[in-house]
Amino acid sequence: MIDIEKVRADFPILKRQVNGKPLIYFDNAATSQTPQQVIEAIVEYYSKYNANIHRGVHALSQEATDLYEQARLKLQRHFNAEHSHEIIFTSGTTHGINLVANGFSGFLNEGDEVLVSAMEHHSNIVPWQMLCERTGASLKVIPMNLEGELEMNVFAEMLSERTKLVFFNHVSNALGTINPIKHIIESAHKVGAAVLVDGAQACPHIKPNVQELDVDFYVTSAHKMCGPTGVGLLYGKEKWLQKLPPYQGGGEMISEVTFEKTTYADLPHKFEAGTPNICGGIVFGAAVDYMNALGFANISNYEHELLVYATEALLKIEGLKIYGTAKEKTSVISFNIEGIHPYDIGTILDKMGIAVRTGHHCAQPIMDFYGIPGTVRASFAFYNTKVEIDTFVMALNKAKMMLI
Amino acid sequence: MTIAEIQEDLIDEFSMFDDWEERYQYMIDLGKTLPLIDAQYKTEDHIIKGCQSKVWLHADLNDDRVEFTADSDAIITKGIIAILIRVFSGQHPKDIIESNTDFIDQIGLKEHLSPTRANGLVSMIKQIKMYAIAYQTQLN
Repeated sequence: MIDIEKVRADFPILKRQVNGKPLIYFDNAATSQTPQQVIEAIVEYYSKYNANIHRGVHALSQEATDLYEQARLKLQRHFNAEHSHEIIFTSGTTHGINLVANGFSGFLNEGDEVLVSAMEHHSNIVPWQMLCERTGASLKVIPMNLEGELEMNVFAEMLSERTKLVFFNHVSNALGTINPIKHIIESAHKVGAAVLVDGAQACPHIKPNVQELDVDFYVTSAHKMCGPTGVGLLYGKEKWLQKLPPYQGGGEMISEVTFEKTTYADLPHKFEAGTPNICGGIVFGAAVDYMNALGFANISNYEHELLVYATEALLKIEGLKIYGTAKEKTSVISFNIEGIHPYDIGTILDKMGIAVRTGHHCAQPIMDFYGIPGTVRASFAFYNTKVEIDTFVMALNKAKMMLI
Repeated sequence: MTIAEIQEDLIDEFSMFDDWEERYQYMIDLGKTLPLIDAQYKTEDHIIKGCQSKVWLHADLNDDRVEFTADSDAIITKGIIAILIRVFSGQHPKDIIESNTDFIDQIGLKEHLSPTRANGLVSMIKQIKMYAIAYQTQLN
């Protein structure tokens, strides 16, 4: 059970006013808010442990290194990776995707195929387009239906021995659809393709078990799960990470350097060139601790309750249409009201202290699919309430009155 | 009327409102008075970049004065561009180039002036001034 009063007290920003109204933060799919426990972890790091890691002989450097590596262990446990060196710290999801895409450029040839789902975020399309341009492989799109679910029978037909890579998000950022990833991974493996899953939108709601999923690569960002921006992780199976070449050269990632030859460091350091976001990595661990203390089953049950409540309330507004009605979805509602531009709705809601996202959500192909310029997206987190949803619905009715 | 006089009028009109709702309602109503762009100009090259909603802007020079027409698919954006057109349309290019836009702050719409704001008010003003500069060059 989520004790909502207690949970809300953990988030200082929720006490803030915006445009003279109490903040209602429904833009959680863009970034989540930060609990006091995580803020304190940042303060603690800079107050007590700030030093560069993995190289100093002095106590401070050793303590910072220990904390950073402890965070890696925490993340290993959280995602149930077999080894801690399968957890690579990155600057975020996009970095992780680019690291893998870049690494695969040596493995792909003309005639090979890369499959990507129709509901991808831009960051998950562009690196593959660039990869295909470099290698002559072709990019194929797994279509989706009007509900916002992938067409699995079409996907099955697209798979062949030419398929080398399959990329898709665990949860769609624009629609909230939870994709059947275990099934997709199994099918892709049958033809020998590797699978990368973008978990940025899933990890705030679901605790993925990478060994059980048998996924080859899984990427996510800390800032969607109560952590800071600028840090994330790439999980990769050991065998894949050993095969992939390093992404960036620099300090930390080398073992020996002479002018003739450099030998790379072992995993995970091979992929962690330069001084990393030390504080970010440590605090990512603190954020995962915070969420685990609440419990992911509790979080997803509570958020599902909010989703059902809000969906019912919103559908009572005449002319309102929800995009993305998959049977399995997270607490994200993308919608439009007939005859009103999403931008206008977002502007009026902002005047009433309500933060939502408007626009194409960096997922232009999805908007083109529905033939709309964009949507209003309300995304709920475990610290939101039904009372906030009531206020939101009232505000929408008021916006509708003003704008039609 | 000069640009400064029209700006004074707008400041007077907006000063009658007590809260944001009335101000926005008035802006939305002003949007309905927007001199609409001719369909033939509603093309990609008339779109102002930097707006989350679409804004089309067209200019013509008549008797040494710049006439603007425009449209947008969002109603608040339409209101904003209507205010700008009321100020700048029918003015001499030189006066448009030399004018300032401090009145936007004074009518309580300062929040729209941030360059990162998705409605692109800054881009609209820039485009209007670009047209004025182009016509001024023609006149010289």
